[in-house]
Amino acid sequence: MLKFLAKGLMRDRSRSFFPILIIAAGVVLTVLFYSWINGFIGMIISENARFETGHVKIVTRAYNELIDQKPYDLGLMNVDKKLNYLNQNYPNMNWQPRIYFGALLDVPDENGETLQQGEVMGLGVDLFSDNFERNLLNLENALASGELPQKQGEILLSQEVASKLKVKLGDNVTMIGSTMFGSIAMYNFIVSGTVRFGIQAMDRGAVIADISDVRSFLDMKNTASEIFGFLPNYKEEKTYAISKEYNEKFSYENDEFSDIMLPLREQGQMSFMLASVDQRTGIFIFFFLFIMSIVLWNSGLMNGIRRYGEVGVRLAIGESKGHIYRAMIIEAIIIGIVATIIGTAIGLVFSYLLQHYGINISSLMRDANVIMSSTMRARVTTECYFVGFIPGVIASVIGACFAGIGIYRRNTAQLFKELEQ
Amino acid sequence: MNKLIEMKNVMKKYPMGKTDFVALENIDLKFSEGEFTGIVGPSGSGKTTILNIIGSLDSQSSGDVLVMGKQIAKLSNTKSARLRSQKIGFIFQTYNLLPVYTVFENVEFPLLLLNMSKEKRKILVNEALKWVGLTDKIKSKPAQLSGGECQRVAIARAIVKEPKLVLADEPTANLDAENSHNILKMMKKINEETGTTFIFATHDAKVIKYITRKITLLDGSIAQDEIVSGG
Ligand SMILES: Nc1ncnc2c1ncn2[C@@H]1O[C@H](COP(=O)(O)OP(=O)(O)OP(=O)(O)O)[C@@H](O)[C@H]1O
Ligand SMILES: [Mg+2]
Repeated sequence: MLKFLAKGLMRDRSRSFFPILIIAAGVVLTVLFYSWINGFIGMIISENARFETGHVKIVTRAYNELIDQKPYDLGLMNVDKKLNYLNQNYPNMNWQPRIYFGALLDVPDENGETLQQGEVMGLGVDLFSDNFERNLLNLENALASGELPQKQGEILLSQEVASKLKVKLGDNVTMIGSTMFGSIAMYNFIVSGTVRFGIQAMDRGAVIADISDVRSFLDMKNTASEIFGFLPNYKEEKTYAISKEYNEKFSYENDEFSDIMLPLREQGQMSFMLASVDQRTGIFIFFFLFIMSIVLWNSGLMNGIRRYGEVGVRLAIGESKGHIYRAMIIEAIIIGIVATIIGTAIGLVFSYLLQHYGINISSLMRDANVIMSSTMRARVTTECYFVGFIPGVIASVIGACFAGIGIYRRNTAQLFKELEQ
Repeated sequence: MNKLIEMKNVMKKYPMGKTDFVALENIDLKFSEGEFTGIVGPSGSGKTTILNIIGSLDSQSSGDVLVMGKQIAKLSNTKSARLRSQKIGFIFQTYNLLPVYTVFENVEFPLLLLNMSKEKRKILVNEALKWVGLTDKIKSKPAQLSGGECQRVAIARAIVKEPKLVLADEPTANLDAENSHNILKMMKKINEETGTTFIFATHDAKVIKYITRKITLLDGSIAQDEIVSGG
């Protein structure tokens, strides 16, 4: 009997080939859409990780209280020791100390008199020991003129700052601020290049120098505002686990100068933002699945209804309703699974291609205010392997179930009438 | 002769808007084993409805219908399916072959429902196809056959399980005169040699020549029930 049904399924293209085609197409779209959304969330995370949060970051508890003001005078001490510990205990991760500071940038004339002066937001990062921060901050690509600092005493200005203060490449500028201990601080830099990130917050008033210069400037020997930690691949659970482990060891509620490690999601607006992105994409995905499901549900239904005539004959010959119903469902399940596997495979191939090559949207984004990244990429996660089964198997089988109910609801003689028309 | 079917005071109505449409009324009929009976009457007189009720494809609104000793209205889906699969063969005006299957597979299908061994199925299918003279077309699909050939396949499918009863609803309506006569002869021969009971619904005058009993329906009631010469 099974063989008989299988034969029918194979021979009748309108029962096998076309439904498989439709379902597989729906599944391809679903998988692609899903991995695309994943890529989008991943992009938000990685952009924030680069400039704002790291995958995790370590600050003092006191600093954390005022974290919006980035108070470097409440920064981390003994940074070398901490980095040693971190590198030893989390060898897969990359740890980067950074200093954020606010200062006045003073541009003198030939006589040393102030020509222009403006507030800047400084970022001290490790530019020299390896390429990690340069790559992470995408400095090479952000460079608008000049070159990256090659030696100590050189500084990058955002294009906006440079043009506002009328600074040229190679000019001497003086940074004026206050040291960690509150006395006045001054430091001379040579402008080596200008940068444009396409991220408003960075472009408005940012300057970037090597962390060693910034330490000298602010009298912050062996200290940092924050230490960023980066996993090879972002995994939310991991960031929580590592933070928990670290905090259990080093964080004391009653010692405001003890450290606290914060996972990306627990920082600033991230929790709120990711929650709303999650929610929005959740709604998006839900609607997409819903629509896809309706389409495939309907195709399952139509396939069933088209066959009422055949059902009538089989009933007359003596097959029971239950038997026919089960056979229809099994058929739908087999078709759904085969189509979903095919569709998922094709969808994953496309998703991996999009993950690898991405689509360059820089031309679209040239004048946009908030460029996140010029390349949109998909991101394949485990869920991408399974998400297609929702519309592909569940929805199409439910469609077949509904079509099949007609077998019970309708009088057998009625099924015949439909056949005779 | 043994009673095969008994209908007592059968009424069938279909809901039609607010009122009901009465398709059959006061039907009292008995059929014995081995009959070759035609139910005749104008279109809409209720012929198909009677056959459907006897074949448990439909159920009466009131009255009793006993088929081979069973109150068919009271049978469950599974039990009425079993009655059909074991005891009743159907032949339709429009043949109703399953288009994706070959002649052999179409005829074999009823036997699959009876869980017969492959060897036995093969013997029975070939035998049935021999009855209808189609042994040379067993690998063809219905689309490759003429109307007359299709109806012969349908007859083979109806008789392959050696049922006690064959219900045929206008089996010759779509056939030309020659094919109609061939098919009727074929069924008559099966009836005479195997004792299978045949009940036809028809308004084809050619059929009248072959039947031995003629029941005339008019507006859902029996107008006449007579023994006729028959072939
Ligand atoms: N499902 C239904 N709903 C309402 N009325 C129906 C239904 N089925 C049949 N009828 C009516 O019952 C009557 C008898 O129908 P039936 O099909 O038994 O006639 P018939 O004698 O077989 O006609 P024909 O020779 O045209 O096949 C007809 O008037 C028909 O309109
Ligand atoms: Mg009829």
